[in-house]
Parts: sequence; C-alpha cells; structure tokens
Amino acid sequence: MSGVPDGWEVVVGLEVHAELATATKMFSGAPNRFGGNPNTHIDPVSLGLPGSLPVLNERAVELAIRVGLALNCRVQRSVFARKNYFYPDMPKDFQISQYDQPINVDGWLELPDGRRVGIERAHLEEDTGKTVHVGGGGRIHEAAYSLVDYNRAGVPLIEIVGAPDLRSADDARAYVGELRAILVAIGASDGKMEEGSMRVDCNVSVRPEGSQQLGTRCEVKNINSLRSLGRAIDYEARRQIDLIDAGEVVAQQTRHWDEDHGRTHTLRSKEEAFDYRYFPEPDLVPVDPPEAWVTEIANALPLLPGARRKRLAEAAGTTPAGAALTVERGLDDLALAAIAEGAEAARVLIHAENNLAGGAGFLTADSFAALTAMEAGGQLTATQAKTVLAELVAAGGEPTDIANRHGFEAMETSEVETIVDQVIAANPDEWTEFLGGDEKERKKKSGFFVGQVMKATGGQADGRVVNEVLEARAAD
Amino acid sequence: MSAVDLAASVRTGQRSARSVVEEYLEAIDAAEDRIHAFNLVMADEALEAADALDHRVASGEDPGPLAGVPVVAKDNLCTRGVPTTCGSLILQNWRPPYDATVVKRLSAAGAVLVGKTNMDEFAMGSSTENSAFGPTRNPLANDRVPGGSSGGSAAAVAAGFAPLALGSDTGGSIRQPAALCGVVGVKPTYGLVSRYGLVAFASSLDQVGPFATTVADAALLLEVVGGHDPMDSTSIPEPLPGLVGVLEDGVDGLRIGVIEELSGDGLDGIASDVQARVTAAAEALSAAGATVEPTSVPSTVYGLSAYYVIAPAEASSNLARYDGVRYGLRVDAPSTPEMNTATRTAGFGDEVKRRIMLGTYALSAGYYDAYYLKAQKVRTLIADDLRRAYQQFDLLVCPTAPTTAFPLGEKTADPMLMYLNDVCTIPSNLAGHPAMSVPFGTGDDGLPVGVQVLAPAMAEPTMFRAASVLEAAAVNGP
Repeated sequence: MSGVPDGWEVVVGLEVHAELATATKMFSGAPNRFGGNPNTHIDPVSLGLPGSLPVLNERAVELAIRVGLALNCRVQRSVFARKNYFYPDMPKDFQISQYDQPINVDGWLELPDGRRVGIERAHLEEDTGKTVHVGGGGRIHEAAYSLVDYNRAGVPLIEIVGAPDLRSADDARAYVGELRAILVAIGASDGKMEEGSMRVDCNVSVRPEGSQQLGTRCEVKNINSLRSLGRAIDYEARRQIDLIDAGEVVAQQTRHWDEDHGRTHTLRSKEEAFDYRYFPEPDLVPVDPPEAWVTEIANALPLLPGARRKRLAEAAGTTPAGAALTVERGLDDLALAAIAEGAEAARVLIHAENNLAGGAGFLTADSFAALTAMEAGGQLTATQAKTVLAELVAAGGEPTDIANRHGFEAMETSEVETIVDQVIAANPDEWTEFLGGDEKERKKKSGFFVGQVMKATGGQADGRVVNEVLEARAAD
Repeated sequence: MSAVDLAASVRTGQRSARSVVEEYLEAIDAAEDRIHAFNLVMADEALEAADALDHRVASGEDPGPLAGVPVVAKDNLCTRGVPTTCGSLILQNWRPPYDATVVKRLSAAGAVLVGKTNMDEFAMGSSTENSAFGPTRNPLANDRVPGGSSGGSAAAVAAGFAPLALGSDTGGSIRQPAALCGVVGVKPTYGLVSRYGLVAFASSLDQVGPFATTVADAALLLEVVGGHDPMDSTSIPEPLPGLVGVLEDGVDGLRIGVIEELSGDGLDGIASDVQARVTAAAEALSAAGATVEPTSVPSTVYGLSAYYVIAPAEASSNLARYDGVRYGLRVDAPSTPEMNTATRTAGFGDEVKRRIMLGTYALSAGYYDAYYLKAQKVRTLIADDLRRAYQQFDLLVCPTAPTTAFPLGEKTADPMLMYLNDVCTIPSNLAGHPAMSVPFGTGDDGLPVGVQVLAPAMAEPTMFRAASVLEAAAVNGP
C-alpha cells in the first residue's frame, strides 16, 4: 500500500525529538551517553531526588541555538515550564520543557527538491528514562513487573515542530532525512534513529484534493525508522479515508504504530488527553542569549547540506537534486576540488554516486582529477577506471602507476571494431531489433551489445568507443 | 552562652567541642520527651564530630567560625545518609545520598549537627501540628504550639537544645515560630541562601534561614550558610553583604515605616497586646534616632490570597515525585497508577492533600488564568507596592504573628483560621525580600511577642542593625 487514492490529499506535520550531543545532561553533571548498565549515568538531579535542583547546561543552549539558526528560526528569550503528568520513567513526575516561550520560532527547512517546510518552533526539553516490562511478552498490561532505567532521564532534547506542509510519505521521509543531515552537519545530534537519539511523531490528516481546510488529525507515535514513518503515514491516511468513505468521522486521537502488524491503534482520545498544567519552572531563570553570542554561534556554523548541494550543483553544472547523494556522502569538498583541478564534473559525480559509497579513503583531488582525465582521454575504460579508483581509495597513489601495474591500456579502435563485428554476427536477431527499434529499444539493445563486447574483451574495451562503433555500423 | 562565645572558646582551646556538645545533649535528654523538638537526635554522630574538631584544634588548626557549636536542622534539609523525613510518612525512611549546600557549609565552618527537627509535613502549616510524627510543644508553655512550620527548630533553640538552628520560610515558617518561641528568626532575601538540598515546598518562595537566641548569632549563622551556590540557579551571584560587622551601627538617621494595613488598626486579627509591643518597638527605634512613621502598603492584605494559590500550585508539582516508584513509602497495588494512588493516600497527611488538590485545580486548563495567573499579578502588585514604600523608607515594621502562641488543637479544625497566622509574613516571601522576627517583650499571657523588621532585597545589613537596636531595647526595658 502506498500513497492515497485519487481525489484525496494527505497532510502531514512532524514533531521530531533529537537528543543533543552534549557531554553531560541538560540540568546536571551526569554523563549523557547512550547505553551503559542501567542506572549508572545518574545523580540526585537526574533521579529527581527531593531537594535536588536543575542547573542549565550552557552547551545544550548553544546546540539548540545552532539548530534554530540552521532552521532559519528567530532565536528569542525563552522560559522553561513544567509539564506535569505521572509516569514512572519521569523522575520528578513532571518534565522540564518550554511552552509558550520557546527558544526558536518561525523557521523553515528546504527539502532537497527546493520546497520549503515551515518550522513552527524548536524548543529545549529533558528526556525521560526507559521502562522495561518483564514477562507477558514485554507488554505493560500482562507484565509481571516493570524496571526503570534512568540513564536517559535528563538527556537534553530539542523538539522540532514542523508545520503541516508535507503531502506524502515520501515528503515526510525527505524532510526527516534533510533534518537529520542538518543536525549531524552542525554537530547538534548524532541523529541515530535506531538508538532513539532521533524520534519522530507524526500528525496525519486527509482532505479532498483542492480543499484548503485541514481535516481532523491523528498523532501517530512509536515510529522507529524512516521506513516505519512512510508505512505509518500511508496506513493512517488510508484508515482515515476509509472511515470518511464509510460515512464516519475521524476522531482526534493519539495512535500507536504497531510495526509488526503494520497498523496503528488507539492510545488515547482527545477527551482522555492529559491536562499538563504547564506553569513556569520556578527553579530556573529565563534564558536570554546575548545577541553577540548568537552571532558568534551563527558565524561558526558550517555550510549546511542545502547550500552545499547548491554550491556543488553550480560547479558541476547540475541540479541540487543531482548533487544530493554526493553531499549526503560528504564527498562534495573532494568533488569540488577535483573539478577545480580540471576534472570532468559529470565523471566525478558518477564516481561519487556509484563507486564511493564507502567514502573517499586515500583518494585525493589530484588523483581523482588525473583518473577522470585518463578516462576522458580514452586511456582507461569505465571498468578499468573503477578498479584504479578502488585502489586509490584503499591505498592512494598515482592513477598512471596503478593502471600500468595492471597492464591497463586503451584498446585500439580497430581492435574494438573487429570484436563488435564478431558480436553482431553472432547475434543477428538482436541486431535487427536494434536497427528497427525506437529510441528506447535501441538504447536497451545497445546495452546488450556493449555488455557482450565487454565480456569478449575482459572489460578492456571503452564503452563509449563501443557505442560509437555500433552507431557507425548502424548508419552503414 | 551565645554561639559567638562558644565558637570563640572552642577555637582558642578554652573548651573542648566534646564538652559543649555533651552539655547540649544533656539538655536534650532532660526535656525532649516533653517538647518533641526532634525527629532525630544524632548524639553519636555529634560526639564523633566534636572529637574530630578537638583533634584539629589540638593540632593547631582553626575549624572555623562555628567551631564546636551545636546546630540543629529542620528535617527538610538533606543530610547524607541521615533520615530526612519532611515530617511525612512518605519519606519516613528516606536517607539522602547527599548533603544540602547549607549543611555542607555548616560542617565546613566547624558546626556540629546534633539533630533533625520536627516540622509541619512538607512545611505546610503554622503550628507543627501537621507533622506525621506528632506535634512539637512550645518550651515556654507546653500546652501551646511553637508555631510552624519550623516549630521544631524554634523550640530547640528556645529550649536550649542548641544555640543555633536552620529552618525554612515559605510564608513565615521561620519568623512566626521564632516569634511564638521568643527567639530571633530570619528569612533572607530570596536567592541569598542556597536551596540545593532543601526539599521543595514552593520553590519560588522557599528560603533557608537561621534561628538564634541573639541577633549577633543569627548574623553569624547567616554569614556561614549564605552566599552564591552554582548548584541553585536562583542563587544570587553576588558576594554576601557583611552582617556581623554592622551590628553596632545603630539606626540613627534611618527612615522606618510602620505598615498601617498590618497593624491592629488595619487588620482585625492582630491582637491588641501584640500591637502594643509593635508600637513600643517603633518608639524604641525612634528613641535610637530613626525617623519612624506610619505608612500605607495597601496591597499587602491580598498577599494571603495570592500565596494560597501560588504556593499550593508549585507544591502540587513539587510533590508529584512522591509516587512510590523510586524512594520512600510504597504501598503495593495491581497497577502502577493504583500503586501511585495507594502510596500517596497512605503517605500524605490531610493538609498536604488539601494543598495538592488546591494547587492542581489552580493550574488546570480553564482555571489557570483565573487563579494562578491572577495570583501572580497580585504578587507583582505587592512587590511594586513594597518597592514604592522603600523609596521613602529604609525599613518597614509590623507584627510577625497576629497573636502569641495559641493552644494546641485550637486551629486544627479550621484551616482558614490557621492560614491567617501568616498574613504579616507572606508579603516578604511574595516579593523575595528579607524580613526577620525579633523578640520584643511579652503579651498579656506572658508569652513572647515578635516584632518583624522588613527590608528591600539584599538590605540585610540595615535590617540587622535595626534588629540589634530592638534587641538591646527589649533587654533593657521598656
């Protein structure tokens, strides 16, 4: 199941929680570290012991400001508030969060395709501990008993509330991917969804296509991967459409994504929603970051993924989307340097996308440029270039030396012609189809012939030359 | 003997810390059964600490300004490894793994902690009758209350169990029992003394402060425990103003206002014998060279109403953590929410439950603006009013409590009647200003009356100067 039926539009807004990459917790000196034996990263404050008091971690504020600036938010004076509700993994039975005066407001994030998604706010709050239900298959109701680990309690979080600007599961995945890339790029978070350091809740509603009104939304929790995010949105949209089609109404609810069964189920209705009794946290003072500090943080921000895509796209004569994978892999600086050395941009990007998934290793801009020059000059075939590149990544060196060591040299065109003729002769039916086919068919068949020639030459022929010979034969 | 003199004698080796501590432990032994000032007497620990101090003195060290002085701490101040109950069943067996900042500072100054004092449960009350472990009795009249909520600390000092005590004051919980027990009690400027390790009642109002038999002793104790603490975000990041050094400076030339709204004429509940002592105090200050005149601070009368919204609201949140999950009492039940409820039902007393309900209601959706927000506006109004008054006056004066110590059981059936005890003390908490109660003679029943001196934020030195003058006048007559 994917997408929504014709005539319907799905509207999605995401709330993303990301753990900030500080050394210590939000309000105390206990370590902020993933894992560890249960209840070892704790102190009186993270246990909420009577008499303990929170002291704000300045580094958490700095990282939050980085996030705000990277998401084009206004950074403002902010006030911490208590969000009151009882839960065993919350040591004080209230969470210190920000309510009506968050640190970052009114920003936007640009998707790789250039569309902007509104960011309503990005505020600071503390994380909770983790409850483990023992017995009864790990479910709370059947459990024999429950254990609580407070290692995570008090870890600083930034909650990024996106506007309902997303229109599909793909949009949502692209948004989370981009947000994650930004958080990682600015050093605010490690963005690891699998370790729970980045968590996504999504608000989903549906409406007839063309309608400007928002439908009743449901919030879906417990999404642990980008894949679940897409599945949950598609499932939830279809569920709501089916309800409306059946003449029923969508009730505002908080729903739980069940990954095993691929469905959502009710957690609580709007009527059962908690009254959090927010009020200003009296143990903390308002945070009013001086302008000079904010400017200093802004000036120290690295170039963000969006800007890096644009920069590479301009240098390589492609679109930002065409530069996306290279940037995502962090190969853009290398690619730019190689292009500056005179490398053919298209070849650089093709290698970055196809042959450098594991990173650039010992590859330098110089050798990258030299390699692509040899390729362009017909001294190396694509297959040979790939072999040389792999060695450059693994151990560095000069592309010419590596090529010589392998005995790579370009096959003479006359030699290629002989083999092409042999292959044509051996496959008369395919050749007829090649000659008579439309452009699409012809392309497909040319792939077949190139493959056969490569097989016959042990990869020594240059694919570009093979194609030229094929076209020449066809024109004869 | 005053704490100042005791410390001097121990520091110079004239007296051993052990002999001092033994003397006070004997006094406790003799009368504690009758008074019940303590939830815990730490005799062994105190003697051990005294011996350690004596060794240090013998080897030429100076243990500090409170060398060998016995001190007691209200049972809401965390003491490492020593039960800290807050007068509640829910924390009956809880031993904190850490010391409150003020407790650390006490021991760094050479003081010897001899016990944890009884209190109204979670500091909610004005008579110490709300303790889960039974009431404390006024040492001066055992059928009377000592006041509250720091009644155990006040009674301990009044009974001679220790020359010094620490209490906490959220709406008058140091000053009112000081007045009822005839000792000096100080609520410092909010943020002057660290709250780290003080079990919270109402965080924006709570403040730790000293009890002593003399103004000089109170000044010394405040100097020891006060000053910036990075563990408390609301702690004032400024050096503590010197107090002991200004005590002899007098009040000549100071302008002092007597708050009309909190006088016998302005407020029905102020007893005439109490008002008479405040008038006498005003005359004494005037005789010492101050300009004393009546002044109006109109919004102070709304303090009580604002306080009984704000304090319960904060308490409802602060006390949520007593849920049976991590520490303290747990009453088992089939599910976690049922366990929470069973634990809290059994662990909290009536007054605590009453205030949790009040506070929860005041913060609820739909009521927040009408209660909590409005109360905060009144709070701002009172602070503004006091600021205006302080443009004209250096200090203000009014009664500490409306009456002298009242009989046990007299007000327990009527919470509102009990709340009225705090009407004169609450405005300083709401404004975050310092105030102190100084004994100034007795009422018609022969029991002590306390006069309250109020000052603007960080004006403790001026406040202590006036207190010294009143102390001298009270000793000499009139």
